[in-house]
Amino acid sequence: MRDVAPRPVTVIGGYLGAGKTTLVNHLLRHNGGRRIAVAVNEFGALPIDSDLIEGADGNVLTLAGGCICCSFGSDLVAGLIDLAARADTIDHILIEASGVALPGAIAQSLSLVAGLTLDAIVVMVDAETIRARATDFYMGDTITRQLTDADLVVINKTDLISTEARAALQHWLPAHAPSARVIAANHAVVAPDIVLGIDSAFVHATTKVDHFTRAFATESFEFEHIVDADRLAAGLADPAIGLVRAKGFARDPLLGWVTIQVVGQRHHVTAAPTLADPSGCIVCIAHGRRLDRTAIGTLIAACRPS
Amino acid sequence: MSITIYEAGKIITMNPSRPTATHVAVRDGRILGAGSLTELTGWGAHTLDRRFADKILMPGLVEGHSHVAEGVQWRFVYCGFHDRTDPDGRVWSGARSVDAVVQRLDEANQKLGTTSGPLTGWALDPIYFDNRRVTRHDLDRVSTERPIGIMHASGHIMNVNTKALEMAGMLRPGVNHPGVPLGDDGLPLGEMKGPDAMTPLGPHVGLDRGLLSADEPGLRAFARLCVRKGVTTAADLANLLPKPAVEMMERVGREPTFPVRVVSLRVLRGASPRETIEHALALKQHSNELMRFGIVKIVVDGSIQGFSARLRWPGYYNGAPPGLWYVTPEHLREALELALQAGVQVHTHTNGDEATELVLDTLEAALKKHPSNDHRFTLQHCQLANAAQFRRMKNLGMCVNLFPNHHFYWGDEHYRLTVGPERAERMNACATALATGVPLAIHSDAPVTPLGPLFTAWCAVNRQTASGRILGEHERIGVADALRTITLGAAYTLKLDGEVGSIEVGKRADFAVLEDDPTTIGGTHLKDVRIWGTVQGGRVFEAATI
Ligand SMILES: [Zn+2]
Repeated sequence: MRDVAPRPVTVIGGYLGAGKTTLVNHLLRHNGGRRIAVAVNEFGALPIDSDLIEGADGNVLTLAGGCICCSFGSDLVAGLIDLAARADTIDHILIEASGVALPGAIAQSLSLVAGLTLDAIVVMVDAETIRARATDFYMGDTITRQLTDADLVVINKTDLISTEARAALQHWLPAHAPSARVIAANHAVVAPDIVLGIDSAFVHATTKVDHFTRAFATESFEFEHIVDADRLAAGLADPAIGLVRAKGFARDPLLGWVTIQVVGQRHHVTAAPTLADPSGCIVCIAHGRRLDRTAIGTLIAACRPS
Repeated sequence: MSITIYEAGKIITMNPSRPTATHVAVRDGRILGAGSLTELTGWGAHTLDRRFADKILMPGLVEGHSHVAEGVQWRFVYCGFHDRTDPDGRVWSGARSVDAVVQRLDEANQKLGTTSGPLTGWALDPIYFDNRRVTRHDLDRVSTERPIGIMHASGHIMNVNTKALEMAGMLRPGVNHPGVPLGDDGLPLGEMKGPDAMTPLGPHVGLDRGLLSADEPGLRAFARLCVRKGVTTAADLANLLPKPAVEMMERVGREPTFPVRVVSLRVLRGASPRETIEHALALKQHSNELMRFGIVKIVVDGSIQGFSARLRWPGYYNGAPPGLWYVTPEHLREALELALQAGVQVHTHTNGDEATELVLDTLEAALKKHPSNDHRFTLQHCQLANAAQFRRMKNLGMCVNLFPNHHFYWGDEHYRLTVGPERAERMNACATALATGVPLAIHSDAPVTPLGPLFTAWCAVNRQTASGRILGEHERIGVADALRTITLGAAYTLKLDGEVGSIEVGKRADFAVLEDDPTTIGGTHLKDVRIWGTVQGGRVFEAATI
């Protein structure tokens, strides 16, 4: 097996018309230097904006910025095995699930392919239709199972509904997507760092705030001491803290240098190369409200092993 | 222009105006008439062929739902529980225990000697071993050097040995998938459940997905098997029909000795509904006498024993979630509307009753937009439909192709685990279909269960499970109905009833040649009727020499 870090995979789920394809194109356009491989299984033409397409190589489209797009038909795992084999030319994999796919099941399939790791399950919902869809005689349970699987729910097309309807939806969603953070968008415009994870370079360069990230409260925390990394990761994923994403580096007494990643309630800790900068650092992103600096500071201090 | 008159012990015609005859006259591969020698002599100079004088002729049997891939499977080691005949006529005895399976693979492995490559088995069914899980350790007894894989009868599970896991990069901790049970050591046990879990292993054990759609030798083997089972027309229900495959089929179909008519359906997969309908329409032009194209197949849900069929309330008997959709209602609607507009026939795979209901609802709406008098859209499997759904099928002009073989192979499982007693007794409601007037076919779905319409007819007549339970006495049908269903009934669902399915003037000279009379042998012995071979388009094919 080759010695490359596992490639993060983001699964984008949601029913037809929710805006998955728009989101994919938006991320390709604003990839922030990431070489993204998009895997789609919808039938028909590949759903990529034509101006992004540079060429075709067999059944793989080559796209601007070193990105690619391929269709895996009905055989997701075979498609992922192919992508894993070309991991050295890819930084991140995006799976655009079909309208009836259960994104949680797709996420489970990732463990069948060595060299891939789940980053997050993002489920797009159409602000106008989601509640009707969720009670549809045929599709209702499929829709609610998609929501149950989500780490992040993006409510799309919020400009098409009234403020009251929006408030009602914000109230309705947590009950149906209990493990997800919910964010709102129009035309699927969401900060790439929210969907794909925070760029490592960003962690130590807190001045970088692109125009997409402005809707979010972003704060960086530095600390000199070692921490219990698992405990810190779990604490940052606690709904009470209210973070959408967090990423950072820390020294753990047992594991040494680690990367901590949080998306909604999903969190993982993985080994990281030793850093020149001896202090730990975590970037946290919250949506729609100010970030609770004190709570996070207290948490970091509390994770210092006694 | 020469006329042959065949004399037979008895000819069962399926033509109600003269249900039996002693002679049938054939010219140019078609039937001049069935009747007495005196009647047929009026057609002019002829040769009297008496080779069937002690045989029974009936219309060539029509298998309305099989897969030509059955012909490919026999390259692998048969590991099924029940005895089964291969295309060469060899009867493989059932492997009745895990040890017997291992022993059989061991023999095959010895034969392979030092040649490299995988050892592949098929048709394993651990249901009959009290659901004892077969593990990589069992298969390691055969070889730790050679990758080994066995496909289960259902086609949904695969067992592999340690070497195969190693080659696929799966012999590692950290695999976290419901289809991959782990041992105490945290490593996969070698049972891979569901298409996703099987995919990484397939190429290493000779079970690549692409390979399982038929190639030329597979098609030829399938055709030989058809002759052994009295089949002269068979539907190949889900093919992507790429250009090279179509060209191969056209070529083989024109050979003077190819013995079966194959109706190959283009499955909706990897292309949009519009592209698929257009492809089917274009393929229609490539049809010849023996190779027929132009029908579309749509898979709506999964399988009952895999708990992926979409069930209506109250769902699965064991509480499993209500199954999976393989198509969105939007795509289904688009496909049905385009097909009605284009005059392309559609067969839909629905196992669960909710999937069936979706097709009924969708077709009802589509027919309001695009009325069609004779579309014959057919529900395939449709195992759990209730009486109300059969009434809707009738009203919408639909046909149904039910799957009574399930009762024999998995009926006990359905009763005990999947759908529970009441629905297990109602499954594949052949009697209700006939009473309601829904055009009915019955099928084997070979290779899922063995090809053999007379066996399928036996299943519909007796509804007996492997353990001997009669599952739904009320839904049993009579022998005459069953025989009509495996000839004219299946032909109707393929829009071929004008050409085949009965022995009467103008139709193709397609006969099943039998040693025993299925109308007098008794319903409980229908599966034991001995088959001599077939006549296909006036050409004689003897099973013993095929
Ligand atoms: Zn089938």
